[in-house]
Amino acid sequence: MITAGLRLDSHKALAMQRPLQLAAAPAAAVVSLDQGGGTTASPAVHPGMRVRIGTAISRRGDATTATLHSPVAGIVRDIGLRDIPTPSGRGLCIVIENDGSDARDVPLAPVSWESLSAADLIDGIREAGIVGLGGAAFPTSLKLLAAREHSVEHLVLNGAECEPWISCDDALMRERAGDVVLGAQVMMHASGARRATIAVEDDKPEAIAALQTALTAVSDDRIALLALPALYPAGAERQLLAAVTGREVPYDKLPPAIGLVCQNVGTAAAVASWVRTGQPCMSRIVTVTGSGVNRPANLEARIGTPLSVLVAECGGYCGQPRRLIAGGSMTGRALTSDAMPLSKAMNCVLVAAGTDLVPRGREMPCIRCGDCATACPAGLLPQQLHRAALSDDAELFERHGLADCIECGCCDYVCPSQIPLTSRFRAARGRAKARREEMQRAADARQRFEQRERRLAAQAEAERRAFDEARRRARGAGAPSDGTDAI
Amino acid sequence: MSEATVLAAIGVAATLAATLGAALGWAATRLRPNEDRLVESINALLPQTQCGQCRYPGCRPYAQAIARGEVDIDRCPPGGDATVRALASLLGREPKPVDPQFGTVTSPVVAVIDEELCIGCGLCLPACPVDAIVGAPRFMHTVLEAQCTGCTLCVPPCPVDCIAMRPKP
Repeated sequence: MITAGLRLDSHKALAMQRPLQLAAAPAAAVVSLDQGGGTTASPAVHPGMRVRIGTAISRRGDATTATLHSPVAGIVRDIGLRDIPTPSGRGLCIVIENDGSDARDVPLAPVSWESLSAADLIDGIREAGIVGLGGAAFPTSLKLLAAREHSVEHLVLNGAECEPWISCDDALMRERAGDVVLGAQVMMHASGARRATIAVEDDKPEAIAALQTALTAVSDDRIALLALPALYPAGAERQLLAAVTGREVPYDKLPPAIGLVCQNVGTAAAVASWVRTGQPCMSRIVTVTGSGVNRPANLEARIGTPLSVLVAECGGYCGQPRRLIAGGSMTGRALTSDAMPLSKAMNCVLVAAGTDLVPRGREMPCIRCGDCATACPAGLLPQQLHRAALSDDAELFERHGLADCIECGCCDYVCPSQIPLTSRFRAARGRAKARREEMQRAADARQRFEQRERRLAAQAEAERRAFDEARRRARGAGAPSDGTDAI
Repeated sequence: MSEATVLAAIGVAATLAATLGAALGWAATRLRPNEDRLVESINALLPQTQCGQCRYPGCRPYAQAIARGEVDIDRCPPGGDATVRALASLLGREPKPVDPQFGTVTSPVVAVIDEELCIGCGLCLPACPVDAIVGAPRFMHTVLEAQCTGCTLCVPPCPVDCIAMRPKP
């Protein structure tokens, strides 16, 4: 049961006026080695190398990252630091010039997933580069492995899509409902789950109808369809699982601990597309919307396409675009440039103009009205966290559960004093992380220092012994020998 | 008051004094505040750069000196004001700014060896307190960036001035 949350005005219809379009391939694809999941892959190509569509361009075999594949055929031009749409803002990218031939690396063949063991299937999903397409870009293989270890019984497919501007999952469910259902079956096999629920917010009746038809077609009674009330943030993992199963994931544990695993519907469709055709994940559906763009639409675009190309595909900018945001209006991140490439994590490009975003007024002092605490879906007390933020008190932050903040933006939205709470909390989490890393670094330095001290002491001791020994021998050689001192 | 009562009172008082005195004496020697533990907690707050800017040969010696009450807590420029604050709250003292006499508070740095200029003399190797420089005589040396604490101790011994301190990336 969702106890807190907000009813927001939906702006999904803007991009849903047009059917899903296939975006043209970019002249050069910029594939970031960090797709937004926080782990960085290592490149397996070098500048000058010729690649084709589907060539693995990151090193395989690393269990913590999903493999990256070239989305175009052409020549690797550069591997260097570029602006990327992650919190750090910059990262290593592989730039591949498109020669337009669209040549494929290997002929595609469907994957016979039913005959594969779960472990092989999970390996295959990692090699196919499939990550959480809901926005976290966490490697799907890792989630499935954790699910397997905990022998979960229930797979929940997240089709809630509660952000007011984003409609990429809606478009996907309407047009590829069959893939979502097939993906659910494959992931049930991989995770060992015995049943699955596809959860969709009830403001998407067309998607629900399409899924219903697809479910009737396969007649798999392990998979259920559930319509949830549209209440932001119903699509946040823990909130969704609570709404679907009525059980709460403990704050210090992950869903597999209570027998649940949650995957986005886009991820399921990517898995299905891989088993159906053998095609790795090199593209995703992205919503390009906002009143700053001429023809808002959902595009299926290749990873690494510069955002400017996507905007051009939608008729270019119009009016007075004010801000470019990756993700939705509630949890998105403002971008500094439209030259940034599309990543697997990016579900929406919001070109905000005019009154799309309510301008934030001047920040006023907290009046302790408690509206934020009522709105917080994670059950935190944002006003207390705000107090901790004012004094940058790490201990107070921890006591009030900063780590459990899902950065949904509900507290910001309701705050009558217009306090930018979420960005404060996000910054505080960044500082806490930096502090932890610094402590770890200090501990390592200390260990190295102490080891060195021990080594130097041992060396000095050995030298002293050698010296004593030499002196004793010299003395022994000078004195008359009795024959027992022979060397 | 009879003599016996007075004597008894004196006896009781004397016994009490002797027992309590013995207990206090025992406590003073056996239950002394554990200096090692204090040194550990102070050392845990220091940044472990081992740079010696505090005029002690490393973080632990400085922590020991603080624990003995010999020095003030404002001698650690790499730790900056955050470290002074943490030490102040641990030791129940007033926080104060870092004494500029011991160096200025800068953003974190790492040593970088200009590999063109390095002659492979090996003089920087023993200077590094955390063994973060790799190299052998007559071979080019390099600094392990992740391990470098930015203490600058390797800079003076270099005969060709090929080590520079750069801001940590």
